[in-house]
Amino acid sequence: MGSQLEYLRLDKFPTVWCAGCGIGIIMGSIIRVVDKLKVNPDKVVIVSGIGCSGRMPGYLDFNTLHTTHGRALTFASGLKLANSSLEIIVVMGDGDAMAIGGNHLIHAARRNVNLTAIIVNNWIYGMTGGQYSPTTPQGAFASTAPYGNLEPPFEVPELARGSGASYVARGTVYHTTQLDRLIEGGMKKQGFALVEVISPCPVGFGRRNQMRSAVAMMRWQKNHAVSRKRASKMSEEELKDKIITGVFFEREAPEYTREYEKLINKAKEKGEIEGELKEIVEGELKEIVEGERE
Amino acid sequence: MEKVRVLSGNEAVAYGALAAGVRFFAGYPITPSSEIAEMLSELLPRMGGKFIQMEDELASMGAIVGASLAGLNSMTATSGPGFSLMQENIGYAFMTEVPCVIVNVQRGGPSTGLPTKPSQGDIMQVRWGTHGDRNAIALCPWSVRETYDFTIDCVNLSNRYRLPVVLLLDEVIAHMREKVALPSFEEVKRVERKRPTCPPQEYFPYQITEDDVPPMANFGEGYRYHVTGLTHDPTGFPTSDAEEIDRVVRRLYGKIERYQGEIIRVKEEYLEDAEILVFAYGSVARSAINAVREARARGIKVGLLRPLSLWPFPDQHISHLLDQLRAIIVPEMNLGQMIGEVRRVSCGRVKTVGVTRVDGELITPDEILTAIEGEVR
Repeated sequence: MGSQLEYLRLDKFPTVWCAGCGIGIIMGSIIRVVDKLKVNPDKVVIVSGIGCSGRMPGYLDFNTLHTTHGRALTFASGLKLANSSLEIIVVMGDGDAMAIGGNHLIHAARRNVNLTAIIVNNWIYGMTGGQYSPTTPQGAFASTAPYGNLEPPFEVPELARGSGASYVARGTVYHTTQLDRLIEGGMKKQGFALVEVISPCPVGFGRRNQMRSAVAMMRWQKNHAVSRKRASKMSEEELKDKIITGVFFEREAPEYTREYEKLINKAKEKGEIEGELKEIVEGELKEIVEGERE
Repeated sequence: MEKVRVLSGNEAVAYGALAAGVRFFAGYPITPSSEIAEMLSELLPRMGGKFIQMEDELASMGAIVGASLAGLNSMTATSGPGFSLMQENIGYAFMTEVPCVIVNVQRGGPSTGLPTKPSQGDIMQVRWGTHGDRNAIALCPWSVRETYDFTIDCVNLSNRYRLPVVLLLDEVIAHMREKVALPSFEEVKRVERKRPTCPPQEYFPYQITEDDVPPMANFGEGYRYHVTGLTHDPTGFPTSDAEEIDRVVRRLYGKIERYQGEIIRVKEEYLEDAEILVFAYGSVARSAINAVREARARGIKVGLLRPLSLWPFPDQHISHLLDQLRAIIVPEMNLGQMIGEVRRVSCGRVKTVGVTRVDGELITPDEILTAIEGEVR
């Protein structure tokens, strides 16, 4: 590819996203990483759920799959298991991944399927009009939290790590160089990789929470993001309203589709009936007729 | 050459799936369908296929749609409570025209109901379970041999028309063991999906074709395209153009109507001079044929119409009989679901009589015979 613009379906522009939305920046990061890693675009699959982030696949010239709300990882798991040569990136929102899709998130992480999951965390349900989500900060206002949000938010990296992910990172759209690096790390990882990206939603979140403008929200990211390294030297009090960024966790662990190939080899060794369906059906028949079936 | 063996309905599903070329199964344990998953977890890897136990039925449906997009014939199996959860992504598969097969072994409902007892309570859920205007194909066997054949037929129908197709069993058919003669492997007819032949830049995944079934490319083969559950135009991208929306919704719905002549199948017994018709399906039809034979022995002009495909509904196979009939008896293990369709077709011209049971027990031949005798003048 010459220009990175070739990865875009430019005829689908302009995007549906509001001015000041961070999703386009994350899309840019994905393009840069795919380009840098020289992944064949024919093998790249972008899978999304429902919501603002769900619209990203439509603008990318790969194999693109816009699924149902919360279920993106289930479709992605089926695709990857059916064809492990696919490079699959799953883009989800915070409500998508953490609320309606929470069960699928922990199980995809536990199985350690080689997928790169990107959670666009804008702390709110944007497309439906600013309702509070499982990552909305406690006390923040939302269209369904007019008195302030009662619920504590998920700590996404902790959840992903506890669920068995092989790579867990968090970045922001303000720190794009770092974001590129974090997504690259996720894509290179053999196993389930999760990158949480703090992304501004001035329309759904900001205007109810004293950050009416996109600039205000980006400035907030600039002032509140702290690298893991720097955070390790700060007190709990100092970290109270900070966003810690960087790679939280990384490990080498057996990857699901590779393990499944081993299982197939083991299954094929199992008995005299190998490979052909004909042999399986007729082999079974022989056992039954001879009354030897256990 | 056919070979004789003893199999249960659930075993027949597993073998039929392998014979049909199913190479991906995702499921979640549920009585009374679990044997299908258990068998395929052992047999699929030996074929180089994949089995995965997902975290729930929502995920199972998502996984089989994903695997199907990668080109594998894909299947799941469940029972009523799981089938309810699958409705979301069955609708997605219908909207996006991704072939897949869903086996629903019906048990008593509503809710958790009767896990180990038979029912025919999901007849209308198969047809109307998802939101929006959706059409459905569902086959309903009455024997183990038919279960094997219909499993293969469901895979073929799903590939032929690019649709999710439902194989509807009930607990009796699933767990009943019968002596069956299966056709040899060579005799199994497999229908492959229609593939694009054009270069990728000319490929539109939902292009308007003469046969209303657009060619389907696999993800990863160079045809980079977009799939969405949003209402889309022939290019696959969302549209808000009223004309395009109308066209795609009507095409999807109409696809099954257009080909219903190829899809609808019934079995007719003793209909020539029948004045009373028994309309029965699944395990209940086994009681019905006994009742019909007994009534015939008593000189009653009664016949059996057994729909092999429940959806689309065999309207014409009933309507052409109306002039000769004075009553239609519909025994079913629910409170009267199919009888509504029979009434729709008979339009009040013929008396319809329901025989219903929802206590988890089979409808006996005697109960049907009593209903038949009640219509003798």
